[in-house]
Amino acid sequence: MKLHLLAFTLFAGATALATPTLGKTLKWSSQGDIVTMDPYAHTESFTSNMQHHIYDPLVRRNKQLEIEPALATSWTIVEPNRWRFKIRQGVKFHNGDVLSADDVVASITRLLDPTSRAKGNLPAVEKAEKVDDQTVDLVLKGPYPLLLNDLSGIFIMSKKWMEANNALKPGNTTTGVTTFASTNANGTGPFKLESYKPDVGTTLVVNPDWWDKPQHNLTRIEFKPIKSDATRVAALLSGEIDMMAPAPLQDLQRMSGAGMKVVEEPSLRVIFLGVNMRPELLAMPGQKNPMLDKRVRQAMWQAIDLDTIQKRVMRGKSRNIALMVAPPVPGYDASLDVLPKYDPDAAKKLLADAGYPNGFKTKLDCPNDRYIADEQICVAIAAMWKKVGIDVDLKTESRATYFPRQDKGETDAYMLGWATLPPMDSYSVLSAIFATRKQGTAFGGNNPNGLSDPRFDDLATKAGVELDEKKRRAMLTEALKIAKDEVYFLPLHQQPVAWAMKTNVELPQFPDEYVRLWFAKVN
Amino acid sequence: MIRALTSRLIQAVLVMLVVTGCAFLMFRYVGDPVRVLSREDATQEEKAELARNLGLDQPVPIQYARFLKRIVSGDLGVSFRNQRPVSALLAERLPATLELVFVATLLALSMGIPLGVYCALKPDSFLARIIQAISLIGVSMPTFVTGILLILIFAVSLGWLPSFGRGQTVNVLGWQTGFLTSSGWRALILPSITLALYQTTLIMRLVRSEMIDALSSDYVRYAKARGLPSSYIHFKLALRNALMPVITVTGLQIGALIAFAIVTETVFQWPGMGLLFIQSVSFVDIPVMAAYLLFVGLLFVAINMVVDLIYVIVDPRLRTRSL
Repeated sequence: MKLHLLAFTLFAGATALATPTLGKTLKWSSQGDIVTMDPYAHTESFTSNMQHHIYDPLVRRNKQLEIEPALATSWTIVEPNRWRFKIRQGVKFHNGDVLSADDVVASITRLLDPTSRAKGNLPAVEKAEKVDDQTVDLVLKGPYPLLLNDLSGIFIMSKKWMEANNALKPGNTTTGVTTFASTNANGTGPFKLESYKPDVGTTLVVNPDWWDKPQHNLTRIEFKPIKSDATRVAALLSGEIDMMAPAPLQDLQRMSGAGMKVVEEPSLRVIFLGVNMRPELLAMPGQKNPMLDKRVRQAMWQAIDLDTIQKRVMRGKSRNIALMVAPPVPGYDASLDVLPKYDPDAAKKLLADAGYPNGFKTKLDCPNDRYIADEQICVAIAAMWKKVGIDVDLKTESRATYFPRQDKGETDAYMLGWATLPPMDSYSVLSAIFATRKQGTAFGGNNPNGLSDPRFDDLATKAGVELDEKKRRAMLTEALKIAKDEVYFLPLHQQPVAWAMKTNVELPQFPDEYVRLWFAKVN
Repeated sequence: MIRALTSRLIQAVLVMLVVTGCAFLMFRYVGDPVRVLSREDATQEEKAELARNLGLDQPVPIQYARFLKRIVSGDLGVSFRNQRPVSALLAERLPATLELVFVATLLALSMGIPLGVYCALKPDSFLARIIQAISLIGVSMPTFVTGILLILIFAVSLGWLPSFGRGQTVNVLGWQTGFLTSSGWRALILPSITLALYQTTLIMRLVRSEMIDALSSDYVRYAKARGLPSSYIHFKLALRNALMPVITVTGLQIGALIAFAIVTETVFQWPGMGLLFIQSVSFVDIPVMAAYLLFVGLLFVAINMVVDLIYVIVDPRLRTRSL
């Protein structure tokens, strides 16, 4: 019996080894693995990114990152709070089910379930209603301009498949329910899931029946997460993987020296410092908070030598920026993006004018494992501030403990990075960071430090319901201008995104750091 | 015997209660899972709701009591991050870690004992001095440096062995094994050497010093005086006595290897429990961390028990006494 079993397993192993890999295979790696296969059970952009190869949304982003039709072919705004979507005909799921309005309604309903982890990704939608087999209405809580942005991240699942596998409701941590969908997938996307082994790898094979004309030439994608930077670089150099995203900055030179192709560009993520806007600083209890004075904030910004940070700390890879959003984001205005002149003397004078000729004391809090070179940047800034007389108490810590503290407002000056994702719109900055944090509103989710400017609240309320895109963008730009004029924040730079690959891999890079392998070619 | 076993089991439960209790007290300093799990621009209400769903709005003692209640009913809970049962996650990873540790321990014993014996028998020989010197490096080199060095030499420069992963695995009765495929064995070489290096040198140095002690003891001198063959004296008498502490140390080290193969598993992307643990720490996945610590506590207690039993087999004097 035992011998039989051994022989059988040996045979199974041998056949598995002997299976030829035909066509073009792309093996790639990243530092983390996907969390789950269930599209509504997480809020991680990397996991969404991987799932986008298997599942399609109603609308998607094209090569220019503009929104274009995907599973929905057209849409109209019937009433301000009712959008009507035409569903594409002849689309098939990987198991052969044909896509219809029922699937869309079931998917949206599943997403909006009270136990769904990702329901915040579609905050404006109340429910989905079937009009006919190819038409779906989304009923909104009110007028909402960013519905398409939100929908570009909502994947459509098959109703029949969910019913057959008892997965009509998303998994639930509280009750301990896990669904079939968390380890299996059935989408309409360009690739099918072949296998998913956490921390080992995920294998996708091409979907020959995809509704769209493929712009890639892959037949197979093998994703293998490798946590350690050094090992990931070694795996690329030894040829075990074809591509890695992201690539560690400190190894870029070595990899391009070894004949690898390195592509890099500034990402959407803007790194900035926020300041304490409450009556007192934590570092100086009982005294008036100097940072409430615009001149002090201006001095703090001008005292930072952005060029040196860009050249030395970021190795010339970042792009310095004066606004709180990156150029591709709606609302950005190049005429406002004028960097402050580095001038320690002017900074000292501003501090003296504000009544702090001998500077003041502040804390500076930074993560040390979240953004590129986050700790080094803060060390540099602390030294630069000391030069103009600001006494800095610098603390850097792991993101797991840093962000909860930052979120509770237990900081004076603090570092944060914001990419406006997933909506890719300045409204994300306006509503989450600029607008006042008030209980019971959706505003100020990331404004923990007492910043409150009624102009922001007003703009956020209006832009949140403005359906005229031109007017809406003008409001966003207006908000960005106020933030800059008042120096409520000290923007530093857009951090770079760098990928490394073998020379035979062709893959367009995007500032939102998404890896879109449906545009990849292996020669 | 049975009484001894039950008292051991009660001890085990106490140890695990203390371990998990301490863990729960510490979790609040590890970070806040809500911030890690929610969207970047999540509203305050979304975060509060998530905290409620995860049971984190309750005070720590209540969270701990709920955890214990679940454990007693045999449920390890659901991972915050993956939303999959923790028991399934651990079961998925256990084979990888156990196979790695098994091979590493075999390597360490099969290298460490002969080398130690040689160094004890010929302490002044040139080779023994070289082995001693190399063993110093083995004891003092950090694991991640060894791992990266091996990867650079054997994977990048020579291209002989894979730099990461476990190779092809085969499912035998639910156990994913890498022992049955050539790629599995190839993938096992570098991580097991990395993991075994410290153990090898430790065992070697231990065997050497114990053996030198034993060789200078009275019974060995009398045995020599009686004219017994030197192979009998060295291996039947001296080595057997020298092995007692080696067993203790190896046993405890196996526990340490399983529990703390974290570095090696991270360097080689070995999909074992160490890698799972390190990820659960960075995502503040409390159920996974708690279950892992529980498992490690259980493991050490179990290994100590097994070591005590092996003592009895090796040392006949103990058979007459109770455990």
